[in-house]
Amino acid sequence: MTQVVTVMLAGVGGQGTILAADVLAKTAVAAGLDVKLSEVHGMAQRGGSVDTVVRFGEAVASPLTDPGGADHLVAFEMIEAARQVPFVKPDGRLLVNTRFIDPLPVLIGDLEPPTGVEEALVAQGAIFIDAEELACEAGSPKSANIVLLGALSTGLDFPVELWADVITTRVPAASIEFNLRAFELGRRACGEGGACLL
Amino acid sequence: MTHTLLSGNEAAARGAWEAGASVGVGYPGTPSTQALEVFARMEHVYAEWAPNEKVALEVAAGASMGGARAFVTMKHVGVNVAADPLFTLAYTGVGGGLVIFVADDPGMHSSQNEQDSRNWGPFAHVPVLEPSDSSEALEFTRVAFDLSERFDVPVIVRSTTRISHSKGVVDVTGERRGQSATDYTKDIGKWVMMPGMARARRRVLDERMSELSAYAEDSPFNRVEMGDTSIGIVTSGVSYQYVREVLPDASVFKLGMVFPLPAEALKRFAASVERLVVVEEADPYLRTALRALGLHVADVALPPAGELSPGRVAAALGAGEPEVRPGVEGLPPRPPLMCPGCPHRGAYNALRKVKAIVTGDIGCYTLGALAPLASMDSCVCMGASVGMAHGMRLAGQGTERPVAAVIGDSTFAHSGVTGLIDLAYNGSDALVCILDNRITAMTGHQPNPVSGMTLQGRPVAEVDLEALCRSIGIERVRIVDPHDLDASERAVREEVAADGLSVIIFRAPCALLIKDKDQPYAVDDDLCTACGLCIRLGCPAISKGEDGKARIDVTLCVGCGDCVQVCRFSAIELTGPACDIGGV
Repeated sequence: MTQVVTVMLAGVGGQGTILAADVLAKTAVAAGLDVKLSEVHGMAQRGGSVDTVVRFGEAVASPLTDPGGADHLVAFEMIEAARQVPFVKPDGRLLVNTRFIDPLPVLIGDLEPPTGVEEALVAQGAIFIDAEELACEAGSPKSANIVLLGALSTGLDFPVELWADVITTRVPAASIEFNLRAFELGRRACGEGGACLL
Repeated sequence: MTHTLLSGNEAAARGAWEAGASVGVGYPGTPSTQALEVFARMEHVYAEWAPNEKVALEVAAGASMGGARAFVTMKHVGVNVAADPLFTLAYTGVGGGLVIFVADDPGMHSSQNEQDSRNWGPFAHVPVLEPSDSSEALEFTRVAFDLSERFDVPVIVRSTTRISHSKGVVDVTGERRGQSATDYTKDIGKWVMMPGMARARRRVLDERMSELSAYAEDSPFNRVEMGDTSIGIVTSGVSYQYVREVLPDASVFKLGMVFPLPAEALKRFAASVERLVVVEEADPYLRTALRALGLHVADVALPPAGELSPGRVAAALGAGEPEVRPGVEGLPPRPPLMCPGCPHRGAYNALRKVKAIVTGDIGCYTLGALAPLASMDSCVCMGASVGMAHGMRLAGQGTERPVAAVIGDSTFAHSGVTGLIDLAYNGSDALVCILDNRITAMTGHQPNPVSGMTLQGRPVAEVDLEALCRSIGIERVRIVDPHDLDASERAVREEVAADGLSVIIFRAPCALLIKDKDQPYAVDDDLCTACGLCIRLGCPAISKGEDGKARIDVTLCVGCGDCVQVCRFSAIELTGPACDIGGV
């Protein structure tokens, strides 16, 4: 039986983690794999920490994973990346968007902004990518989630055409073009010779 | 047949549709909401949001009595509201199949308590099915309608967050295989539950439970998977998946029907394994039942509350622990927050100004309890704010600090209105604030009786909240735009000073309903004195810079202008459109 691959997507409510997870899961289905996806709705979506898990392979039982269980962590935000680091397997891949979003206690000055987050992530072997910048280059800052999927895709075995097909069916018609461009830019950034591997 | 990725909620909706359910009724509540939303979009169905779960079940009961198959959806706490009809519907039984889809929230991702809906089975004498993934959510819901008609009883399909909001691959046939039951026939012995008839139906109920218990023994919902017999695990729901993940070779009794239980089959299973273990989330429901059957269930250290996970099951069963990277220390928590431009902010700002004791309620506005608004003192259940404000006054509170209730439009329609009638009837002099943002927001924007639209998109008359309040005898009723901070504060000050019961309707649409955002604001550094007043609004677009001065994130600001009104130094001004600033 082929190994089950576990991908965790972590971010802040409203950043588009759920759509990204859905595209990933549908790509795995299109590749003929069994898939489970787990997400949380409701209060957590109002700007709180959000994590979504996608697992795929020949046969997948649990939709959830645990610390030490994720082959890939795709973090949409730096603090959330640091928060979820324990979920990444020792030999797992940690892909981090360089964006910082301060939580409310920090915004209002009740808590100091965390220090040393970047250093801690570097020490954990994180791969950094500026998804918002690439998304703007692709045509809309809203496609940062698809940039990150492009970056993730270099660590998975699915053909590019499969990703493109799913993105085309899953995003609004008017945004297909720049989402495909966003995917390509993310993929290039983390592909061979890409900046985020340096 | 198509191979489709479906959530448990989507799958349950499909199952109801395939079974020929033609009426769907529910009240939104995470994690159950999408079940009815998806059902409502299927062909040849009628679906509606009821004001609350009790009404939902009553509408479905009528549809069932009239011969239709009816699908009811709610979250765990909704069953408390619907419990009154539920218990008696177990006596009357059904006409067309009646299936109640209930989603529990272990771990309380978006709930005020943790309840285990399996307990309704023995409590209300209704069968309870529990799917373990999306495929079973479809299949169980579909077959539940047959079961309901065959045994003349409502059937509960119990889900949890990790079933409802997990997606899995489902083979969807797209066929509507079920059929509605027969027509309505008058039968007062069955449908009129006055004592004489109810006593007779109580005997029917007991006979039916015996038949269901016999059915459970070889029900297709339960499955024994024999493997290594050194351990035998009895489990159900998502816990089954964790067991399979952790101990793929163990012998497992997978229960799909958790009430009534197959007593004899469980005893045979127990006799065939060396060590009998129960793996279940939430209450020790199965453990207690198995022990009541006289079976020896080994004690394992499963967490008594919260969710299970493969790792937690592995730890309890001694099945190994993975190597884990050390965590990063000193990270600030990230609680959920009110959106930029949220109209609730203005209402809380006004209540904070008068230092009100605020009894709160369930919705996005519950977030007003958190810093920096920190303006809510209680949150118990849907509608509780209104009665609790009255109770606080009866306890003598309200002389030094005024007492006010806050309740959203949907929550008010759900069960706040009965509380308000109590306050009017009994002459309370509390202040009730209805935060009317035109929609049920927290669960993802479901229309409600004030929205002017039904679940299936039919335009309808809005409930006139002002007229409703006046009609129950409240004279002091006013409508205020919460984005007008001065007017909001004035209204609150006047109403807490006035004698008698007052209602302020803070009316402005949910910020997420406004598609065309206004121009964002920016802070003029030369004018900002770092006083922190705007920060205290708790808007995620405003932050405190290192110099203590305010900063506005133009990508988040929606231009509501609340902060402009609290600034005493005119330091907040309009900017150009966000894309010109390029601040992303």
